[in-house]
Amino acid sequence: MISFPNSGFVFLKKLMIRVGGACLVLFAAATLTFITLHLAPGDPVTAILGGSANPTPETIREIREEYGLDQPLMVQYALHIWHVLSGHLGASFSQHMPVTDVLWQQAPPTLKLMLSSLVLAWVFAVLSVTLSARKPFFDSAFSSLETFFAGLPQFWIGIILLWLFAYQLGLLPPAGTHGFSSLILPSLSLAIPLGGFLAQVMRESFKTTLDQPFVLTARARGLSDNAVRFRHVLRHALLPGVSLSTWAVGALVGNAVAVEFIFSRQGVGRQLFLAVSMHDMPLVTGIILFISVVYILASFLADILYVIVDPRIQEARA
Amino acid sequence: MSATNSLPLSLKASPRLRLPAGKHIGLALALLYLTLLILAAIAPHLLAHGNPYGIAPREAFTAPGWQHPLGTDQSGRDMWTRLIFGARNSLVIGIGSILLALSVALSLAIPGAFGGAVAEQCVKWIFEILFSFPAVVLALLLTAIFSSGTFPLIVAVGIGAAPGYGRMLFGQFLTIRHAGFIEAARSLGHSPAHILRRHLVPNAFRPLLIAGAMGVGQTIIWASSLSFLGLGAPPPAAEWGTMLAMGRDYIAEAWWITFFPGVAIVLTMLATTTLGRFLKNHFETSSS
Repeated sequence: MISFPNSGFVFLKKLMIRVGGACLVLFAAATLTFITLHLAPGDPVTAILGGSANPTPETIREIREEYGLDQPLMVQYALHIWHVLSGHLGASFSQHMPVTDVLWQQAPPTLKLMLSSLVLAWVFAVLSVTLSARKPFFDSAFSSLETFFAGLPQFWIGIILLWLFAYQLGLLPPAGTHGFSSLILPSLSLAIPLGGFLAQVMRESFKTTLDQPFVLTARARGLSDNAVRFRHVLRHALLPGVSLSTWAVGALVGNAVAVEFIFSRQGVGRQLFLAVSMHDMPLVTGIILFISVVYILASFLADILYVIVDPRIQEARA
Repeated sequence: MSATNSLPLSLKASPRLRLPAGKHIGLALALLYLTLLILAAIAPHLLAHGNPYGIAPREAFTAPGWQHPLGTDQSGRDMWTRLIFGARNSLVIGIGSILLALSVALSLAIPGAFGGAVAEQCVKWIFEILFSFPAVVLALLLTAIFSSGTFPLIVAVGIGAAPGYGRMLFGQFLTIRHAGFIEAARSLGHSPAHILRRHLVPNAFRPLLIAGAMGVGQTIIWASSLSFLGLGAPPPAAEWGTMLAMGRDYIAEAWWITFFPGVAIVLTMLATTTLGRFLKNHFETSSS
């Protein structure tokens, strides 16, 4: 069943489907935001004026013209898509600065938060699974712990951590964006449930891998239990974790909204919440596009990692 | 040290015998908790006296004690009473959104798996789009349209949770698409509707039941995190997420306002997960 001459073409086709999917995701994101924000009650003019003293009908008309809000809906939609395609995200209604500037300001703290919680979650999941799976007492203890962790709501952990470490013990700052110490509590509140969740999935595949013949072979060669676990079994357990991490990135952005609120951190999540409540369409569109791009990049990355972890996939996919 | 564990599968004790006794204690506790929860949802007056909305400013911020086992909130309302009365809201939201999520998932997965190559690719793309839209973002946009409340919350959580279940069901349908019994039914000349009704639905029923049982706790968590952001029932409401959100402002002085609603949410999640796991084990051992 080897089909080498074909594989380049098939790969290209897969790539096209992938890129097509990515474009579709972005297009859908732009369209969905447009539709929802137009269905939403409330007038963007109020957002632009920022609740300043009663505007005269004159000013309202001027603003409508300036922002193109007097055009028919289809024209507005076409303009909206055109702007997104050409990369002109426009100016935020409520912040009175270009959307790209807002993103430059707000994206790094969120990305830092996501990355550090993803790393923490992985470290927890890998250690917990590898060191405890199928060991007499630890297996059930750690798997209960994982179930418990996976079920904790992020915002609740956030509040409890805030209460314990910031107010009771006074070890870490309760709020803020800058510095390493302000990153610890928010990352932990995102990482604990995610780590539990990843570990649950990895434990399943870790256990099935332990039954594989090559594990018996490795043991027969005289490898220590830990060497077998880390060098041979872990690799197989990583796979479901890697494919779930794409989903996790999406979930992290969403959960970051609440966590950024609790710890008063700067970030995309909090900004999105504010932008939606103020009907700031350019900013909402910008942030949602940004989230979609992060998600698309993450899923590309997960695909690459998948092949690195399991070279068999390459042949199967090509 | 775990040499006995690497025996070939055939030499192992059957999984039914390996089920440790601890699981049953867990299951019993989970069922007890769920019974109480359902009782609280149907007849809250049996479990708590008093009015969940009755304000008593003089008793505000009372710490947990004899009079108020779980303390009182900033308006002096008893936390226990409010938690009990909040069970109905939380359960309705959890069950409502899981049902919505599963029906959306099914209506995407079935045509995707059995509707030909074009439909399959389209469904994959739809999942991709939905996945790139975190549930919170969807919920934010939905509440921008409908304003806040219980119904938009159910819709938001249901649609947000749908792609996860959809992808799971889709994967399962793909594996049984070419299974012998489907081919056999097809070659016997049965109509697609018949195959769907007689073979697919019964096969999908168990995973759906398991996913549903496990999912209720998860959707309650999602919903409470949305109402925590102020997207659910507005503040005085006895709803766990809303109560938790209100306590946030007083966290430094009165931890119990935030702590106990969180405990109720976490316990619900644990109970439904335990039940779901039991169902899964039960079905898997009985079918093999």
